[in-house]
Amino acid sequence: MTGNQSIRGSVDKIDPDQLTIVPLRHPWRWVAVALVLVSVAAMIRSAISNPEFQWPIVAQYLFNPLILDGLWKTLLITVVVMILATLGGTFAALMMLSPSKLLSVPAAVFVWFFRGTPALVQLIIWYNLSIVVKDFTLWLPGIGTLYSVSTNDIMTPLVSAIVALSLHESGYMAEIVRSGLRSVNKGQYEASACLGMKPSLALRRIVLPQAMRIIIPPTGNETINLLKTTSLVSIIAVGDLLYSAQSIYARTFETIPLLLVVSFWYLAVVSIMSVGQFYLERHFSRDEHRNNIGLTKAILGNLAKIGRKEALA
Amino acid sequence: MTAPRTHHSRFGIASTTMVHAKGIRKSYGHLEVLKGVDLTVPSGSVACIIGPSGSGKSTFLRCINHLEEINAGLMLVDGDFVGYRLEGNKLYELPPSAICQRRAEIGMVFQQFNLFPHMTVLENLIEAPVRVKREPVAQATAKAIDLLQRVGLAEKRDSYPRQLSGGQQQRVAIARALAMNPKVLLFDEPTSALDPELVGEVLEVMKSLAREGITMVVVTHEIGFAREVADQLVFMDGGVVVESGNPREMIANPQSPRTREFLARVL
Ligand SMILES: Nc1ncnc2c1ncn2[C@@H]1O[C@H](COP(=O)(O)OP(=O)(O)O)[C@@H](O)[C@H]1O
Ligand SMILES: [Mg+2]
Repeated sequence: MTGNQSIRGSVDKIDPDQLTIVPLRHPWRWVAVALVLVSVAAMIRSAISNPEFQWPIVAQYLFNPLILDGLWKTLLITVVVMILATLGGTFAALMMLSPSKLLSVPAAVFVWFFRGTPALVQLIIWYNLSIVVKDFTLWLPGIGTLYSVSTNDIMTPLVSAIVALSLHESGYMAEIVRSGLRSVNKGQYEASACLGMKPSLALRRIVLPQAMRIIIPPTGNETINLLKTTSLVSIIAVGDLLYSAQSIYARTFETIPLLLVVSFWYLAVVSIMSVGQFYLERHFSRDEHRNNIGLTKAILGNLAKIGRKEALA
Repeated sequence: MTAPRTHHSRFGIASTTMVHAKGIRKSYGHLEVLKGVDLTVPSGSVACIIGPSGSGKSTFLRCINHLEEINAGLMLVDGDFVGYRLEGNKLYELPPSAICQRRAEIGMVFQQFNLFPHMTVLENLIEAPVRVKREPVAQATAKAIDLLQRVGLAEKRDSYPRQLSGGQQQRVAIARALAMNPKVLLFDEPTSALDPELVGEVLEVMKSLAREGITMVVVTHEIGFAREVADQLVFMDGGVVVESGNPREMIANPQSPRTREFLARVL
């Protein structure tokens, strides 16, 4: 107390312009930084000097046609599965939110089943569907068989992979979309209804755009997860990125360099996806920023900036 | 005041009546919230509903535009049902699309504003006219700007709702309802969520609407506003209309002891 009083007494004599603020020092932080730097340096050094990494071979295979073909398959499966899973998940989420138990219970069971069993198991089951279902038949009473096709003809490895992963991912997307829809205030539905908007229009224009804010971050994570989960399809001989690499190193035994090639491409795609996610998130929360700019404007702006820098250089 | 329209309704009720409610009953489970409410609101007039919290005012208002289904009674807006179609002596529930068409003619302003937060003020105003009534964007925009001027917010057209004060948001909400050219405007405690110094600006806008002859049903705790603007004051308690009549007379000389007690508390 006395100390405070003495400060208060002398406060008038202090010239505020003469005062400097001494920030709190964090000595242990510097020790931690030093440790991190040393270990990173050690890792880089061993990675470069260890001949087993075979960096020249990594470079040689990076743009190998077989690898690029596998990369293309991986991207294709990811995109197709994500589209189907988003549609399926939204549908299941709407069913789960329905007041009718006849709709909400089946949807909940669907989610429970496809989220609760491992993707790898579902993949193998769909791949082996022909064991249980020999062929698909469209049969109408009184008319007879209209159309019949053998299961093995339809369920190619690629189709099995897409069906299995889509159903699995739908389970996750349903939960994500459901929590997003539930986050939107009930008053928003009522305001739309009072303006004469049909439920479908209100969903599309009012509710979903607001739910997107909650939906996008976990969906971004799911997409990145899915990209990596697609490597499971190599088990059923779909020629994805991992499968292509495996088929090469099965011949040449250059296992580590080819797995480095695979890692490089996965990392590259994930990085690009993260940038996309950033802009999507910003697009759907544009009312939160004062200087709001939309996705297209943001990208165009960035391109323009790059162009300007090049012009200056 | 504009002259009330007088065309003839299918049900013989003079269509100078905008809202005609008779014996409205509504229950939530075992709780009967409305126990036979009667109310007639002539075209171009203002009805103010007052009453203690929980007396069923909001529920009644929401029955007018069929946000809530009624369990019994007759609810006509501009001479026609909102949620039903009469055939013989049966009322058939309408599909959502038909109900929406009818609802588009009934504006509603909420206590919590319920503006669309992801849209600018202008987008909030033109959304329904463009998407529901299929008005051309240019025409809807021109009308929206006009309405924003009327509520004194022309310069806020490109703001997002969260950048506005509560009073400004509520004025935008009123403009948004007006953009649909409603036959009647319902207000559910439009100033109850506002800071006291912002109440006046919203009431001013509502007074100007009343002067223009827009039919309004207003649930409010602002007795001063009711006395000045209302053509009819309605006191609800326990799910029934206890008393209704000329606001000045009713406030000066309430007939029912319940009304007297309530007014003594709020005045
Ligand atoms: N959706 C609902 N489910 C169950 N009870 C409700 C619901 N809405 C309102 N109520 C009940 O109905 C009664 C009247 O509510 P309300 O119409 O909001 O009254 P007021 O607007 O006059 O305050 C209250 O007891 C309230 O708890
Ligand atoms: Mg209420």
